[in-house]
This record gives sequence, C-alpha cells and structure tokens, in this order.
Amino acid sequence: MKHPIWRASVFVLGLLPPLYWLYLGWTSALGPDPGQVLVERLGQGALVILLLTLSLSPLQWTMRWTGWAHVRRQLGLWCFAYVCLHLTAYLLFILGLDWAQLGEELVERPYIIVGALAWLCLLVMAATSNRWSMRKLGPRWKKLHRLAYAVLGLGLLHMLWVVRSDIGLWLIYFACGAALMLMRTPWASRRLKQRRRARQGARTADRQPPAARF
Amino acid sequence: MLIRVPSASRCSSADITPESVYLSRRRFMAASGAGLALGALPGVAFAQDVSPYEVPVPAEQPTWFTEKLPGVQWRAVVPLDETITPFEDATHYNNFYEFGPDKGDPAEHADAMDIEPWTVQIDGAVEKPGTYSVADLVQPHRLEERIYRLRCVEAWSMVIPWLGFPLGELIRRAGPTGGAKYVAFETAVLPEVMPAVDSRFSLIDWPYREGLRIDEAMHPLTILAVGMYGRILEEQNGAPMRLVVPWKYGFKSIKSIVRLSLVEEQPYTTWQNLAPEEYGFYANVNPNVDHPRWTQARERRLPANLFSTNVRDTLMFNGYADEVASLYQGMDLAKFY
Repeated sequence: MKHPIWRASVFVLGLLPPLYWLYLGWTSALGPDPGQVLVERLGQGALVILLLTLSLSPLQWTMRWTGWAHVRRQLGLWCFAYVCLHLTAYLLFILGLDWAQLGEELVERPYIIVGALAWLCLLVMAATSNRWSMRKLGPRWKKLHRLAYAVLGLGLLHMLWVVRSDIGLWLIYFACGAALMLMRTPWASRRLKQRRRARQGARTADRQPPAARF
Repeated sequence: MLIRVPSASRCSSADITPESVYLSRRRFMAASGAGLALGALPGVAFAQDVSPYEVPVPAEQPTWFTEKLPGVQWRAVVPLDETITPFEDATHYNNFYEFGPDKGDPAEHADAMDIEPWTVQIDGAVEKPGTYSVADLVQPHRLEERIYRLRCVEAWSMVIPWLGFPLGELIRRAGPTGGAKYVAFETAVLPEVMPAVDSRFSLIDWPYREGLRIDEAMHPLTILAVGMYGRILEEQNGAPMRLVVPWKYGFKSIKSIVRLSLVEEQPYTTWQNLAPEEYGFYANVNPNVDHPRWTQARERRLPANLFSTNVRDTLMFNGYADEVASLYQGMDLAKFY
C-alpha cells in the first residue's frame, strides 16, 4: 500500500470532528439545543468533505505527488458516514424517532426529499466503492460515480432551503463547489494538466546530470 | 381568565423547578414573609428590591427600573407545571438577527448596544404622539412578573419570567384615535454595533418590523417587557424594552423597540415580507398548521441534551387558547397563519 501514513492521517482527521462534537454535546458545551447543533455541524461537515473529495482530481492534475488520488475513496466514504450521522441526529433529536412524522416529512418537504436523494446517491456510491464492483462495472463505474456531482448540487440546494436570513456561509460553499466544477470543464482541466507537465519538464531538466566538463 | 390560580392539588411545579431557582424562590418567599410582618408595623415599608432569582445582576441598573422593583407584582401569571428555563440558556440562545445569524451571536455582540438613554417614538393615530424616554414610558405602570412559554417558529421553546406591563395600558395612555386598527413596531438600527445590519448577505430589509391587530395589542396577555428573571433585560433579549406576545411565535415579540405606530392598514412585517408562504402576519402558535419546511406539531423544550431530547407536543395558541381563541373566532387559521 502506498502512502500509509498519509492515509492513516486522513482517517484520523475524518474521525476526530464527530467524536469531538459528540464530546462537546455530552458536556453541554453545545448549548441548550445540542441536537440541532449536531445536525448542522454534521451536515456542513459532510459538505466540506465532499468539496475536499472533489478537489482531489484538480490537485492531482496540477501536482506531481500521487497521494491525492489514494484518499479519494476514503474521503468519499467519510462524506457518506457524515451524512449517515447527520440523518441519525435528525431522526433522534429533531423528529424524536417519530417514524410516522418521518413519512410525512419525506412526502411534504422539498428540502428533506432533496437531502434524502443525496443520501441515496451516496449510498449507491458507497456500496459500489469496492474493487469487486469497480471490476464488475468496468467503464460504467466511472459514469456511476459522477453521481458525486449530483450530490454536490443536491447538498447545496438542501442547505439553501434551510438558510433563513443570511446566505453568506452558503455562498462560500457554493463558490467552492462552482470553482471545482469549472475546473472540470475540458478547457480548464487541460490548462491544469499542462501546468503539471510544464513543471515536471522543468524538474526533469533540473535533475539532469551536469554536462561533462571535459 | 387572565390570572390562573392553580388548585392545591396541582401545585407540583416546585418539584420540577431547577434547584437554584427553587431555592431562590424559597429565599424570596421568606423575604416576602418578613416583608408582610414588617409591613404590619407602621412606617416600615418592605421592599423586594433584589432579583428573586440567582442570576447575574448588572452592577448598575437604571433607576427607572430599580425604583419599580419594590412595587413588582411577582408571579402575576404563572403557567402550570412548567420549569423555568435557566437564565444562561435564555440569554445565550437567541435570535436577534441584527447581531448575526447564529444563536450565540446576540450574546456575543449585543453588549455593545448602549441602552441608556433610550427613546421610543410613538406616532400615527394617537392623541399624544411624541418621542418618549423608556423611563417616562415605564413610570406610570406597576411592573408585573409574567412567566410565559416562548415558542419559536423554529420548533424550540423556553419558559421565561418577564417583568413588564400590559401594552394595552400604554396604548390607552397614548390615546388611540379612530384610525388605530393596527400597531406597528420597529427595532433600533445601530450599524456601529449590529454587524448584520450592514452585511451584504443578509436577506432582511432593516429595520426589523412587526405588528399586531389592535385587539391583539390590547389583550391583557400582551406585554411590553423591560426585565427578566427579576432584573433588567439583557441586550440580546431586547433591552431596554421589547414586546412579548406569548401565544404567537417568538419572532412577533419584537426586541429593542424604538418606534410604535398606531396605523389604519395592516403593517409591513419583516418575516412575512421575506417569505410570505412561510411566515404569516398572525403567526399564532398552531400545531395544526405546519411551516412549509418543518412540522409545528411538536417542539423541543430547551434546554435539551443528548439523552433527553425534550420533544413535546405543541399546544394550540401555545397553551393560551382559553384566553385568546376568541380573538380569532370565525377566521380560517390555515389561511391566516
């Protein structure tokens, strides 16, 4: 396995925030409505991880280091895990485990429907994230995992519909998401890849042994 | 019926009141007892001039407030079987969007708001329009302690002991004329201390505005609050003077009022204007009419914690149906939400 320390660090960094938030909730440090705060933090955490996952390809295009691609699956699974926790916290703290109410919410509330769709997309991707599925699906796997872009759109819409009066924070997420999508246009991705090639060229030139002096 | 006198068999609220509040209540009762005994002596008047709650009291409270304390009618309205929300939670979990969109923003930023001196403009269909100081507005009234449920439209709730006086008394003193069909309120706009007022990302068109129908405004449950937990209001709770309408969602109870107008037409109200399909002019607490984005059938009574989520059923008119349902007789509350 390549980059074991890098992968392990990403794993620990993914694990720490939910544990820390739970600890804060446990010690009443999240205020009088800790359930609501957990739901919000887990949701935004999932969005941040999704944005990080989507920034791996552009990073890979521009830099020589190969570590970026090696944490893509892990980050995708972290995003799924955060969304699952977000959903659990919502069921526990907001709905009070009232399943009849959940049915009603799933029918009536557009933002819940959009959130549920995003979760379903992530579920499909998580379930097909193993090597066996990759082999089995062949070229269709790559297409299927473009669902990540749909999740980004659905997630942003889900959050936009929750915002009540101040869209500043949402605009930051939106701008990051839009930038990452723009980098994927053929023109931009070609430019990014050219930069790496140019740099690589420069580096190989550096490494060439000095010309013989005699 | 405005003042509920609980029967002896229902006097169980002490069992569930937090210990600190309960103990201070006992201290207060003992003090009152002493007051009664002293009061029997000629020339010795008893004054309850400290907060009966164990809460932080500002070192310097304005004299217009402190000179009212001895005359306070404590526990004038008390809900049955409710636990008073801890002061810390009531003052650190607030919506006051001028100070920022997060629940902790008001407590962090509102301290900078200077509430002394403070004036309120009273205008419109009144005989005595003018700009009055809070001191002048409070002076003729006896302060009452009203312990009210507060139900936020976001589906959380608290129980808060306010100190205030009926808005109706103030309106009567101002002398409403024939055109006074509604009351419009405005919150202060102080860009130098309110970060969100200048924010480009805020969707609210400041000043924050609210309104009531005149009969709602004159209802004895509707008060102008100047204190809480036996002391002046914290800035984040709407100091120096705010509205409290206990049967409506919290956003109706406008904070830090600088203007009160009696008007003929239904006034502009902030949230209704921002999202009319979500927030109505009436905004009566109603478990049968959902917010488009979430149910209003239940609420989280705060403080909650990870082990007890305190989810409970929301009551019609927030539990004040006996007192206020008649105001809306014949109205379709699903239409006039």
